[in-house]
Amino acid sequence: MFDKYIVCEEGFRTLDDGRTGGVVEVRMPYYRGLALSMVEAVDLVVDGRPVPAARTTFTVHGNTYRFDQLPRTTDDRWEMGERAQLAFETDEPLAAGEHDVAVAVRLRISYMPVPGGGRDAKRLTLAAQEI
Amino acid sequence: MTAPAHQIKRGVSLYSFQEEYFLRTMSVEDCIRVAGEVGARGIELIPEQMIPGFPAVSDEFVESWFSWMERYGTTPVATDLFLDTKLHPGRWLSQEEQVASVCRDVDIAVRLGATVVRAIINTPPEVMEESAPYAEEQGVRLLLEVHAPFHYEHPWILQHLEVMHRTGSPALGLMPDMGTYVERFPRVVSERALRDGAKPELVDLVVSTYDDHGDTHALMDVVNYRGGGPVDFGLARQATHYIWSEPKAMLEHMPLIGHIQAKFYEMTEDEVEYSIPYDRIVPVLVEGGFDGYLSSEYEGNRHIQDVHPVDSVEQVRRQHAMFARLLGETTGEDA
Repeated sequence: MFDKYIVCEEGFRTLDDGRTGGVVEVRMPYYRGLALSMVEAVDLVVDGRPVPAARTTFTVHGNTYRFDQLPRTTDDRWEMGERAQLAFETDEPLAAGEHDVAVAVRLRISYMPVPGGGRDAKRLTLAAQEI
Repeated sequence: MTAPAHQIKRGVSLYSFQEEYFLRTMSVEDCIRVAGEVGARGIELIPEQMIPGFPAVSDEFVESWFSWMERYGTTPVATDLFLDTKLHPGRWLSQEEQVASVCRDVDIAVRLGATVVRAIINTPPEVMEESAPYAEEQGVRLLLEVHAPFHYEHPWILQHLEVMHRTGSPALGLMPDMGTYVERFPRVVSERALRDGAKPELVDLVVSTYDDHGDTHALMDVVNYRGGGPVDFGLARQATHYIWSEPKAMLEHMPLIGHIQAKFYEMTEDEVEYSIPYDRIVPVLVEGGFDGYLSSEYEGNRHIQDVHPVDSVEQVRRQHAMFARLLGETTGEDA
């Protein structure tokens, strides 16, 4: 329902901790917030290459999680419309300029017999490198 | 035109402004202000939508909440609960945990000054029964939403009615969602499907089958036989998920009905809902002596956001102009 808003146009940047990779900001395609245990997947594809979940982390309002921690996280939430930071590692540094970013979110919605969520893809421009 | 005497009040569920709230172009305060501006007096809130940090509700939020009510001439009426039976991967919430979840949300309603709690359709009857005494103690009514495709003869609803009648609990009741009175297929939905690449002849088939109140059970199959793809299947599935039934069916259940979710998909420039005949629904509520809130629930945003900016405020304004007319608040054409 909010699929077109999943990938944020702003905030796409390289990691600033010395690792190679980037950060893309993402929103949940749903009309309320959900405990993180119900966020089953936030799959990322950068320039056509799937990034394994193990090479990504997920940050909501300053709290960072690995994806294998989410199933047990019932005391923190991804709020409605909140921009979460999906950080990812790559083998090679991200080149300056445009990148194709696709994100698929899978949610476990209790009143629905099938998985909820949605997908979005945008061409994003890497923000200028901070020094 | 004068409507018969009635005690029906107008409200807005802030769910109506989900597009603007999601994009942070409207705050909770803005939503309440707009509701007040269109003449709505009752506010319905989905705490999980608009209270960051839920289920914790800070004193600061509560203080702001009541100050907004005062400032905009509104009053808290209802909160909507969800029941996350699938909170944990691999196991269902136990009945005890489900009841605890409901009671937690009753507490939130009380903090926010609401006396009605919408129990989501997946709330099991036994959980309603076990939660009822606590709700009653807290002065809150737990109302099961009667949401499409459910209706008053459906076994799931009958099980709930059995609990309500057997226990006679004053805390239990019904909250009909007017999405159960979709008389013709919402065009915002079929037009979106066309933009998404649905086959025009299959869209026609789906819409005409629905509008003729034909048999929609096998629509997805027929759409498949006719070469449909995912968008066509999605539309066909929608047709099985909307329902039309006679609004008078509410009369029999009126003593249990404490609140109305006035779902809508498109208010036209003429201030009528394209698919839901409110001009035949409101008289039924008047006839039945309904004295709660008609609470706007705009849900058209998701079908039009791909082509133009969503203006939920204007949509809600139009619905309230219609309610004011149907409730006899305005003198209509003779004004």
